Amino acid sequence: MASQEVIREEPSRGSFINDPKVRGIFFQAVVVILLVAGVWWIVHNVIENLQRLHIASGFGFLKNRAGFDIPVRPIAYTSDSTYGDAIIVGLINTLIVAGAGIITATIIGFVVGIGRLSRNWLIRKICTVYVEVFRNIPPLLVIFFWYSGVLAVLPAPRDSFNLPFGSFLNQRGFYFPRAIWGEGSWLIFVALLVGIAMAWFVARTARQRQMATGQQFPVLWTSLALIVGLPLLAYALSGFPLSFDFPKQSTFNLTGGFQIGPEFLSLYLALSFYTASFIAEIVRAGILGVSKGQTEAAGALGLRPGSILRLVVVPQAMRIVIPPLTSQYLNLTKNSSLAIAIGYPDLTAIAGTVLNQTGQAVEGVLIMMVVYLIISLVTSAVMNVVNARMALVER
Amino acid sequence: MQEHDTSWVRTEMALAQQAPAGVRGPLAWVRKNLVGSVGDVILTVLAIALVVMIVPPIINWAFISAQWVGPDRTVCATAAQGGIQPDGWSGACWAFVNAKFGQLMLGRYPIEERWRPILVAILFVVLLVPLLIPRVPRKGLNAILLFLVLPIVAFVLLVGGMFGLPHVETQLWGGLLVTLSLSFVGIAVSLPMGIVLALGRRSKMPIVKTLCVIFIEFVRGIPLITVLFFASVMLPLFLPAGVSFDKYLRALIGVSLFAAAYMAEVIRGGLQAIPKGQYEGADSLGLGYWQKMTLIVLPQALKLVIPGIVNTFIGMFKDTSLVIIISMFDLLGVVKQNFADANWATPQTARSGLIFAAFVFWLFCFGMSRYSMYTERRLDTGHKR
Amino acid sequence: MKHIAIGILGAAALGWMASAASATTLGDVKAKGFIQCGVSTGLAGFSAPDDKGDWKGIDADFCRAVAAAVFGDGTKVKFTPLSAKERFTALQSGEIDILSRNTTWTINRDTALGLNFIGVTYYDGQGFMINAKKLPGVNSALQLSGAAVCVQSGTTTELNLADYFKANKMEYNPVVFEKLEEVNAAYDAGRCDVYTTDQSGLYGIRLTLSAPADHVVLPEIISKEPLGPAVRQGDDQWYHIVKWTYFALLQAEELGITQANVEELKTSDNPEIKRVLGQEAETKIGTDLGVSNDWVVNIVKAVGNYGEMFERNVGTGSPLKIARGINALWTKGGLQYAPPIR
Repeated sequence: MASQEVIREEPSRGSFINDPKVRGIFFQAVVVILLVAGVWWIVHNVIENLQRLHIASGFGFLKNRAGFDIPVRPIAYTSDSTYGDAIIVGLINTLIVAGAGIITATIIGFVVGIGRLSRNWLIRKICTVYVEVFRNIPPLLVIFFWYSGVLAVLPAPRDSFNLPFGSFLNQRGFYFPRAIWGEGSWLIFVALLVGIAMAWFVARTARQRQMATGQQFPVLWTSLALIVGLPLLAYALSGFPLSFDFPKQSTFNLTGGFQIGPEFLSLYLALSFYTASFIAEIVRAGILGVSKGQTEAAGALGLRPGSILRLVVVPQAMRIVIPPLTSQYLNLTKNSSLAIAIGYPDLTAIAGTVLNQTGQAVEGVLIMMVVYLIISLVTSAVMNVVNARMALVER
Repeated sequence: MQEHDTSWVRTEMALAQQAPAGVRGPLAWVRKNLVGSVGDVILTVLAIALVVMIVPPIINWAFISAQWVGPDRTVCATAAQGGIQPDGWSGACWAFVNAKFGQLMLGRYPIEERWRPILVAILFVVLLVPLLIPRVPRKGLNAILLFLVLPIVAFVLLVGGMFGLPHVETQLWGGLLVTLSLSFVGIAVSLPMGIVLALGRRSKMPIVKTLCVIFIEFVRGIPLITVLFFASVMLPLFLPAGVSFDKYLRALIGVSLFAAAYMAEVIRGGLQAIPKGQYEGADSLGLGYWQKMTLIVLPQALKLVIPGIVNTFIGMFKDTSLVIIISMFDLLGVVKQNFADANWATPQTARSGLIFAAFVFWLFCFGMSRYSMYTERRLDTGHKR
Repeated sequence: MKHIAIGILGAAALGWMASAASATTLGDVKAKGFIQCGVSTGLAGFSAPDDKGDWKGIDADFCRAVAAAVFGDGTKVKFTPLSAKERFTALQSGEIDILSRNTTWTINRDTALGLNFIGVTYYDGQGFMINAKKLPGVNSALQLSGAAVCVQSGTTTELNLADYFKANKMEYNPVVFEKLEEVNAAYDAGRCDVYTTDQSGLYGIRLTLSAPADHVVLPEIISKEPLGPAVRQGDDQWYHIVKWTYFALLQAEELGITQANVEELKTSDNPEIKRVLGQEAETKIGTDLGVSNDWVVNIVKAVGNYGEMFERNVGTGSPLKIARGINALWTKGGLQYAPPIR
């Protein structure tokens, strides 16, 4: 009896030092102290350096006149605008190139990814070569290749390539006619919105009906007719209010029309082609991840190959595909900061210029980091919602 | 009743017959793989058209019309551009790459000292190759030499300033030397950092865990360029007056911090894949936290995530090309820098230089990814279902 | 493995970290035995590495002159190539001791960036260059409305450009790059019609184009660009040494002291020459400054006087062939003027 009690009492607590809880608290306290000390040391150094060197600090400079021009201006901006405006222009430019890149990369990626699983040997090999080439070279190199290797050796504005519909291609970029909306053209946009809304409604009703009765309805063609037809109808009704501003030769450049510079084109093409190679691999893995039994079962139910792909394979593959796809979208957005190397005025490039004109390095870099962080968080959040909706399909 | 002669029994297997003519031979292969259906025929025709459109011009440009040697731009320029080639000529200007080869590999490393990086490269290859071939014995010794002795030797040789070797500033480094040294030192730093961060993220201590999560998610949310900007324009202001880092070291800090965050996520994946029983088993043996991790968990987890680590490394290898943006000259940087050389300015120079750089990057990345796949298959010890 | 990696990193950090114990820049410089000089990444005539990697140009030579004043040896200088973006942080953080990188002196840079410009080693102005072969009719900057203009970002040039076109009610498409080489390449490839930067720079850049003869520099100068070296604020002694090195270069030219005759002139009877060269008895000019008394002799021996430096790097002795113009001495109708060394 006594010996048992001894065993129970003595080692139950052990040494105070060996208690994992105490150790944990002690260790964390050390970490906190080190961190606070480190941050204090850095802040102290920064303040001292700034004071010693008489460098201005604070974000007040954002309200000052910028004084420099930006080549690509999606919103009204002149050299009289503020540094804050300039950074917003940069942010919008980043979003434009990232958005366009994401769409194109997804399309190319899906085509190539499915192509790698094609029964056609030649298609399979071409897609494999594409993926293995683009995945293994730095994106910056792809950008330079498009910029210095392809677009820079196009002809000068005087000898532009004439393309159909009054568009031109030369080393200054791609020019195409700009639509000028005349009076009453708002009707067309309203018609477009109505068309989209109706198409959505039709699709919903059709699905409900199919679920309930099994009857199918040609959703695709109806939607297309609605989305294209309604605006066309409105266009005719409002008396053809659309005219075009065609690019024309002038002393230096082509003027008029709409111009897409080679900087944007190279960045956009490079990001699309580079990211597409990763998306292709993700799509391939996703499709391979759907077990063969699913396809066979769908076939046994009498579905046609197209329907099998659309109704059985893709919805399941998407669940595997979306999480890695999200990180590829984020990568593309982050890689758009490579714009700085070829002079496309994205957020990094403009924040860099602002940093340089004002000399406020700390603030400039902080703005860059915070804005990218916000973009990343928002993209992740959106993709998480999509992912959650996709996951609901599982029963 | 009929008598059956059962004395003959077939004692060997019947010879396999050849497959029917329809499913063998090149013709059947073509039928199956190229012209299986109407859609396939169309696709094949399109693909052949694509190949015919792309491949011969590339071969012509890269090999047949290419200029391999030459003193200056004239060999790569057409008569109208002031060169010796006939008008309308278009071919790769490998002469440019040839002439600048030393620079592309080593940057402005002093010519009389170039034997040092070359020696390091030879030592590296000599130590690396046997390590990569599974059959060669003495892996332990080999690894020690490669991972512990070589870095010190390489540091002494490359930087110099001791044992009678003249000091070579990192400013003079360039080309493939910068690309390789940045990525190898980067991986050596980011791997342990990533392990610590991953352990921290899975730690039960709330403060440590929060800090690790914040660091990892923050770094993963921003582009490498901003990290490099941070390292090149902000870091100097963080230090007390009069203390400054070499630019190379700053780039190294930036790249390593960046890679560490990605590495941490890869390793976390491995840690999560280790069954709980392994942790509990280690606990029941009375092992402490670090013993448990270094002896039981990490060896298994790291083995699981070798492909992930290699992928991160490949990403980092490609990302080193970004140091061009903070005016350091890696392989791509040196190529671009030489476009400015009026002696070689022709329409073909940029293309040729970039394709050469692309080829070098591709060779390394492709090789690494293939080797990682090979290792993955070899080390597959049945953890996967 | 981990500990060793940290150990190696630590060793590397020690090897690479330039730690400074003493409080003054002069003390630091003397302790490490050389001057760290921030230059451009390559602008012919100002600072550009030649085939052997030696830095050539007026900005590079100025750093050599300071090294000669401090050490009596013009070779004790190391060059750090810097982009426009990095140049100020590099000086602020102490990575370099002098910024001698064709940098324009403005009030903002003196007051808000913590720099001290020591003077103007080259009076410049912003100009435009066009390809005359492609644009035969253009002979004035006022005809440039609608043109695509290549410019380097983060420079005063970029701001002047915006102001000039705005003031003259002209349109233009800016084509902006981070680095000079990128701007050069884009202009040479025909991405833009016009190249704008400091006029001296235009002459230097023209040499590196694939067909230099096709390009002309337009006559207009749209801004004042006084280019000069700068040092950090808060160290008057170092500021004085660098500033008076510049004045000594001018004074030497004014007195006719050249690289060739400086040894001879040490024994000259001219009291002013004797004083400047530190040959006066009991002189304290050099030691008061913090350098040796024969500092001017060392400077001139290392790089010559200002005129020699100019002619060798950007003037008639160089491929740039820029005339002295307003960079002549005040005695010859220019703006270069040095206070007396006495």
